[in-house]
Amino acid sequence: MVYVLVAVSILVFAILAITSKRLLVSAIWLAVTSALSALMFYMLGAVQVAVIELSVGAGLVTVLFVFAINISGEEALNLKPIMPKPLAWGLVAIAAALAIYLIISGGGLSFALGNTTEEAPSILWGGRYMDIILQIALIFSGVLGVLGLLSEGKPEVQKEDEE
Amino acid sequence: MNSLPIPFIVILAILSLAGVGIYCLLATRNMIRVIIGLQLIVKGVAMAFILGGNMTSNISLGQTMALTVIVADTIVAVIGLAFAVQVRHRMGTLDIKELSTLKR
Repeated sequence: MVYVLVAVSILVFAILAITSKRLLVSAIWLAVTSALSALMFYMLGAVQVAVIELSVGAGLVTVLFVFAINISGEEALNLKPIMPKPLAWGLVAIAAALAIYLIISGGGLSFALGNTTEEAPSILWGGRYMDIILQIALIFSGVLGVLGLLSEGKPEVQKEDEE
Repeated sequence: MNSLPIPFIVILAILSLAGVGIYCLLATRNMIRVIIGLQLIVKGVAMAFILGGNMTSNISLGQTMALTVIVADTIVAVIGLAFAVQVRHRMGTLDIKELSTLKR
């Protein structure tokens, strides 16, 4: 019953995140969706990822969103969507139906909560060492991204110089 | 309601997250909302990794995969937001259709 409640809440808050008129409110609903996803991770036995999702997904990313929205301003875009909404929902429904078909045709689902053969840190540091190096490179590019977020360009001055 | 198996409920949550995110990518024109859609999709993917790890009795491997995805997704969000802020400063809009011309 708790699983159903969390799954339905995730769906509701995800829809609220994309349908809210204000971007700041959307960012808050996204944070709530992150927190509920972290709860789902915890209930599935992935304790470490739940903590990371809660701190990074619901914390850091939300702060970055609020910061970026404050810098760039709330721009109300009541323009026509790129694709007609019924067509977009239809495509999503087709993709979901295909995924469900693949899951059902792939065999039965068995659930083995808590059957862990090896600890996560030993897999992370032993078996997936290359991923760690790639993640470090990614984090450095993220630092460069934050610098881009914080730096303020001066397009008007450059334009005057060109003229 | 109690007879619903847990994997089916989690799969429904995964599909709903991915579906809402894909709809957001297809329909919206605001750059920041596009990043919100990407975040939703990646949350669903991380959940799928953890469910897969759980169903194959190797949750640690699923956790490490989900961790990698979460780190990459956070970096994508940071760079995307930086891109959006710079585009807003230089072009005065967040509408992605305005960017398709590639001129000021």
